[in-house]
Formats: sequence, structure tokens, C-alpha cells
Amino acid sequence: MNVAASAVRAEGFEAPGPSIFDLPPVFSIGAVGVTKPMLQLFLAALLVFGFFYAAARQRSMVPGKLQYAGESAYGFVRNNLGRDIIGSHDFLRFMPYLAALFFFVLINNLFATIPFIQFPTFSRAGMAYALAGLSWVVYNAVGIRKHGLFGYLKLQTVPSGVSKVMWPLLIPLEFFSNLVVRPVTLALRLFANMFAGHILLVLFSTGGLYLLQNEGIIGAIAGPLAWVMAIAVGFLEVLVQVLQAYVFALLNAMYISGALADEH
Amino acid sequence: MFTTTTIVRLATEGEEHNPLLPEWIEVILALVVFLLLVLAFRKWVVPNFEKTYAERTTAIEGGLKAAETKQAEADAKLAELDRQLSEARHEAARIREDAREQGATIIAEMREQAQTEANRIVEHGKSQIEVERQQAVASLRAEVGALATGLAGRIVGESLDDEARQSRVVERFLDELESGEVTATGAGSGSTSASTNGSGAR
Repeated sequence: MNVAASAVRAEGFEAPGPSIFDLPPVFSIGAVGVTKPMLQLFLAALLVFGFFYAAARQRSMVPGKLQYAGESAYGFVRNNLGRDIIGSHDFLRFMPYLAALFFFVLINNLFATIPFIQFPTFSRAGMAYALAGLSWVVYNAVGIRKHGLFGYLKLQTVPSGVSKVMWPLLIPLEFFSNLVVRPVTLALRLFANMFAGHILLVLFSTGGLYLLQNEGIIGAIAGPLAWVMAIAVGFLEVLVQVLQAYVFALLNAMYISGALADEH
Repeated sequence: MFTTTTIVRLATEGEEHNPLLPEWIEVILALVVFLLLVLAFRKWVVPNFEKTYAERTTAIEGGLKAAETKQAEADAKLAELDRQLSEARHEAARIREDAREQGATIIAEMREQAQTEANRIVEHGKSQIEVERQQAVASLRAEVGALATGLAGRIVGESLDDEARQSRVVERFLDELESGEVTATGAGSGSTSASTNGSGAR
């Protein structure tokens, strides 16, 4: 492994840092090097679409296994994120976005655990920024379309039920939190979770290897223990990956719902 | 920049890419891929699922509605049959009542007819008897007259040839006979023969 090599070359054990996320290109198209996370984007999109296309195509009244699985997965997002949060009146037009978002993020996160891939796509900050930026555009566009620009700004920044004396204080605060910070936190939450989880896994794995190779008897015991920890952390990471995908889609639904609301 | 270098070189040179700074190619790529996925979902996945859900709901609701309709129909039919049954019962009772009434009427009529007939027969018999009695009386009267005349003629030895007188005597005699005043002298004094029997007596 590159990291291991670099660690060995340095003096003592060198903990994995941000550099482990800068993978060399797998191949190049012209001047653009195509890296593994880029390929993962395509793979995730193909997997998600392939599964749901196959499941949705049959459209039988009594679903088979594949259709049932697809319907359950889609129904989970549809009912818990769409209908319950956005409301039964408006949610249907957001379903393609929400369903695609949840499963796209989910699969990309799970790539961190899937053998031979083992790299979380959204530990590349740019990809998280892309989805967060898109969600910012989506919920603001939805709000502006429904309330008009000023109506929407009023909705998002002027809290109802608060005396006007507080407005000079609250309006900038609300503006900042609702229109500026949201995409940043959205992106950073996803990115940082994936980033940290992967670093943890690499740390335990390479650390275990280093202990085993360089620390004699103690290392022979501590190294495998580190690997056991790596496995435990791996399971924890699966939970985090699912949870982050859910939170990402959930917050998107809540932002849309807030932009559609009639009152703040 | 990392695309042209290796990690090892990055690590050794200490020239680390800040992980928070995006690679713009990745931003664009993620956007494009995700938007394509959304479009594909909108075209092929969500409509299909929603249609299936809707059809299933319709099918279930339709089934329930059909069952309800069937139930209502069955109820209506049952009520109709009940109504018809009670109607038939009423009809039967009415017919029975009618028949009873008619029977009574017929019996009464027959009875009346029979009574009339009987009366008629009785009346007829009576009149016939009367007629016969009259005839008998008449013939008896004539015969008695003739007998008496004959007898008187013989007894008196006198031929009463005058018919008018004869009949007058006979009439008187009979009248007396009827009123119960007949005596031997009376009979002897005024006896004559009827015109019919006068020849026989002679």
C-alpha cells in the first residue's frame, strides 16, 4: 500500500493524513485524470438506477421479490421523507430528487465498506459540495417560485410571533442560518463523516500492520487487536454511512418543506 | 494537481492538498451524474412506482366497492323477496277469505233456491190437490145427484121429466145436504135428477 510504504519510509509510524484521499488517476482522458471516486460516482448511479429501473418496470399488482424490494426502498423515502415531511400535497414532484439523492448518497457512502472499493466517494469535498450546492439551489428555487423573491426572503428571514424590536437582531441571524450556513453544514457534515471514518479505518489497518511488522512480541499481539478494532469501526462506519445518507436526504426534505411553508 | 503526482511524492514533498478545497472537475462530475440520475428517476422510476401504487389502491378500493355493491344488491334482493313473500301471503289469505265468502254466498244461494223450489213444488202440489179435489167434488156432486135422483125416482115412482125442475130439486137438495139440513122428508119432497144422469135414471 502506498500509505504503508510512505509510512515505512518515514521514521517510525506515520499516521494517515489527508493525503490518503488524493488518489492517483486510474486513467486519463486528455488532460483530465479519472480517479477512483469519479468512477464510483458512475458506478453508484448505474447501480441505483439499474436496481430501481428493474424493480419499477414490472408494475404488477402482486409484486415479486425484486419489485417488492424496490417498492419498499422507494416507499421508505417516499413516505418517511416525502409525504411526512413535505406533505401529501406537494411531495410527489420532489420524489425523483429525494429518492435519487438518498440512494445515490447511500451507495456512495457504502462504497467505503464494500471490499475492493473501500473508498467513500464523498470524502472528496468537491462531490459533497456539489450535492449540497444543488440542494441549496433546489430549496431556494422552490421557495422563490412559490412566494416570489421578497415573499420568500421574508418567509426565511422574518420570524413570526417575535416583536419588531428584535427584528434587527434576528433577521441577519435567520438570513445567515437559513440561506448561507445550510449548504455549508450539509456538505461538511457528509464530507467530514466520510473523511473521518475512512481515516479511522486506514489508521487501524495500517497501524496494525506497522505494529505487527515493527514492534516484536507486543506488536504481534497489539497488531491483530488493532485489526479487530478496525472491523468494529467498520461496522460503526456502516451505521454512520446509512445515517449520513438519511440525514442528508432528510435535511433536504425539511429545507424544501420549509421553503414551501406558509409561515415561518 | 494531485492528478499528476503520486501520494508518495505529495507526502514526501509536504505539498498537501487541503481536503476542504474542491477539485472543480469533481464538483461538475458529481452534479452531472447526480442530475442524470434524477432525470432517469423522474422518467422511469418514480412514475412507474406511483402508477403501481395508484393502481393497487384503485384495485383494492374497486374490490371493496364491488363487494359493497354486491352486498347492497343482495340486500335489496332479499328485501324484495321478503316483500314478495309477504305479498303472496296476503294474497293467499285474501283468496282464502274470498273463497270462504263465496262459498258462504253460494251455499246461501243454493239454500234459497232449494227453498224456492221446495215452496214451488209444495205450492204446485197444493194447487193440484185443490184441482183434483174440485174435480172430485164436482164428479161426486154429479154422481150423488144422479144416485139420489135415481133413488128418489124409484122411491117416489115418479118420473121427473121436467129437467129444469129436476135440476132445481137436485140443487136444493145438495144445498140442504151441505148445510146439514137434509131430512128424509126434505129429500123426499124435492128430489130431482141432474140432466146428465136423468137419462141413466130413466
